[in-house]
Amino acid sequence: MPRLSESNLRIAHEIISRYPRAKSALIPLLHLSQEQDGYVADDAMKHLAELLDLTPAEVLGTCSFYEMFKREPVGDYRINICHGIACHLLGADDLIHHAEESLGVRQGTVTGDGISIEGVECIAACTEAPCLQVNYRYMNKVDNAGFDALVDGIRDGSVSVPKHGTLALTRQSISEDKAAGNSMVESNDPPAWWPEPAAAEGGN
Amino acid sequence: MPFEKVVTRRFDNLEAHKIDTYVATGGYASLRKALDTTPEAVHNEVKAASVLGRGGAGFPAGVKWGFCPPGVWPRYLVVNGDESEPGTYKDRQLLERDPHQVIEGCLLACYAVGLTQCFLYIRGEMAHAQERVAAALNEAYEAGYVGKNILGTDFSVDIVLHWGAGAYIVGEETALIESLEGNRGMPRLKPPFFPAAVGLYGQPTIVNNVETLANLPWIVEHGAEAYTAMGAENSKGTRVFAVSGHVNNPGVFEVEFGTTTFRDIIEGSDYAGGVRDGKKLKAFIPGGASAPWFFEEHLDLPLEKTAVDQAGSMLGSGAIVVMDQDTDMVKACHNLVRFFARESCGKCTPCREGTTWLERILSRIIAGHGRPSDLSLLTEVCENISPGIAWPPKQTTICPLGPSAVSPIASSIERFRNEFEDYITLSDRRVIPVGAA
Repeated sequence: MPRLSESNLRIAHEIISRYPRAKSALIPLLHLSQEQDGYVADDAMKHLAELLDLTPAEVLGTCSFYEMFKREPVGDYRINICHGIACHLLGADDLIHHAEESLGVRQGTVTGDGISIEGVECIAACTEAPCLQVNYRYMNKVDNAGFDALVDGIRDGSVSVPKHGTLALTRQSISEDKAAGNSMVESNDPPAWWPEPAAAEGGN
Repeated sequence: MPFEKVVTRRFDNLEAHKIDTYVATGGYASLRKALDTTPEAVHNEVKAASVLGRGGAGFPAGVKWGFCPPGVWPRYLVVNGDESEPGTYKDRQLLERDPHQVIEGCLLACYAVGLTQCFLYIRGEMAHAQERVAAALNEAYEAGYVGKNILGTDFSVDIVLHWGAGAYIVGEETALIESLEGNRGMPRLKPPFFPAAVGLYGQPTIVNNVETLANLPWIVEHGAEAYTAMGAENSKGTRVFAVSGHVNNPGVFEVEFGTTTFRDIIEGSDYAGGVRDGKKLKAFIPGGASAPWFFEEHLDLPLEKTAVDQAGSMLGSGAIVVMDQDTDMVKACHNLVRFFARESCGKCTPCREGTTWLERILSRIIAGHGRPSDLSLLTEVCENISPGIAWPPKQTTICPLGPSAVSPIASSIERFRNEFEDYITLSDRRVIPVGAA
């Protein structure tokens, strides 16, 4: 179902409404597509292009720049093993090697039951090295045994992480009566709380 | 010297991410206080506190705020939470453990500078931080701290949670704006695209780091004088450092800015507790992957901007990475260079081609296929990215990413040339421990 579902379409319109210019919603909407399908399909990009009044090529241009967007199915569980400098110093290369041996797949390929591994750049958990993320959920100080236990947990369902594509489980929602409203570029009005021009510019 | 913790003051409280706990511990009091005074007064307080930008460049936030051209509206706030510099691990903590403090900081900045819409850009990989911030924003909207007519005043601002999708370069402020506009995250040329003048949608835009903004509630609450009473001449207040690598107790520590030394934070029992397994220090990175390396003789330098700048490196993003005596410096260098090669956006030729070639040359050296001319070739490529290979670096590129790849090469070749030569010439290669002849 590569086009956005009806419920996701509602979310998409809500996201678009928070930006003065619709194209700003593109990256959040690509995440939404990926959440729905596990990857960003060509038809999904066409749909987003319609929604944002862009060409499909413009959508692809943005989509292809960012590491997190996958344009083909990648399996339900992506294990990203950090190989940034702090993790490198504490054995990330060995951990990646062990992961490849243990799963029997190379980095970037998927096992039959939908698990893949990849060495990734620093994921900002340097004091917990070596660390990894499963679908962007952290696991700290992982050794070989810890990795195997993780994979077992994924396989028997005891490790509960959302499937690939789902990022935050909590969404921001701004109700209409609470919203300040977008600051449109065309308005050129000073903010309501801003003092008169003479007083405003003096001290800045 | 005793000091009061500023941005990590609620880290011991595991409920601090909830609004009730935040308010019960003094949260949003600074917002109320600010709303009772003028925007100008809040701006002046922050300027007087001379809080240095915590993203890497260390530019005073209050001064940056003053660069918005008068009479041009609307103005935007873009919060840089795209923390990706290897070794850096502070903004994620601030967002996950005390999100309301960051939100309050955003509100104070918006009020002071007349910013009418705020975009809080969080790195895509940080799912938990996004959840915490989304929940905190929903609470804050509900309680009337964010949105329309905040606390019954005519101060109105939306804070929109925006998330990235995996690109280090987006931490550069003009690339961040490109990304927020829905484009590929490629930096813009300055001038004319100084964000304060021509930023988001071409409008005046303040881009501040998460930690910078997290300082503001404390400053407004206690005053600039109390803030500047802490720290050194050119580095006021406190600062958060993440110490990682080969240490006994890696962690994130808030210290008084400018008075604590590298030795204190790396070896002190209250901090990282020294190099692990009783080994000697071989080198350390003082401020993130982009910073030239420091060694034993730099340990007594204070964690202070001017001193570190003069010694030829930078505090950057507050990431200290420690390497022990057995570290393979060629591999460590390759690791850092590979990062920059992968993360180069491809806009400027010296960086796109240069970092790629640097990575390839280092790869072949490690694989045992290095050539005797490779060391001078590395230097030559570095020269083309950053003429003179000096500090602070000159650049042939729009942004500093390319020159950042030069730092680890210059540092490691100068200090550990013999390790590179061994890789190239010896079939039976060795790592030379620090201090050995």
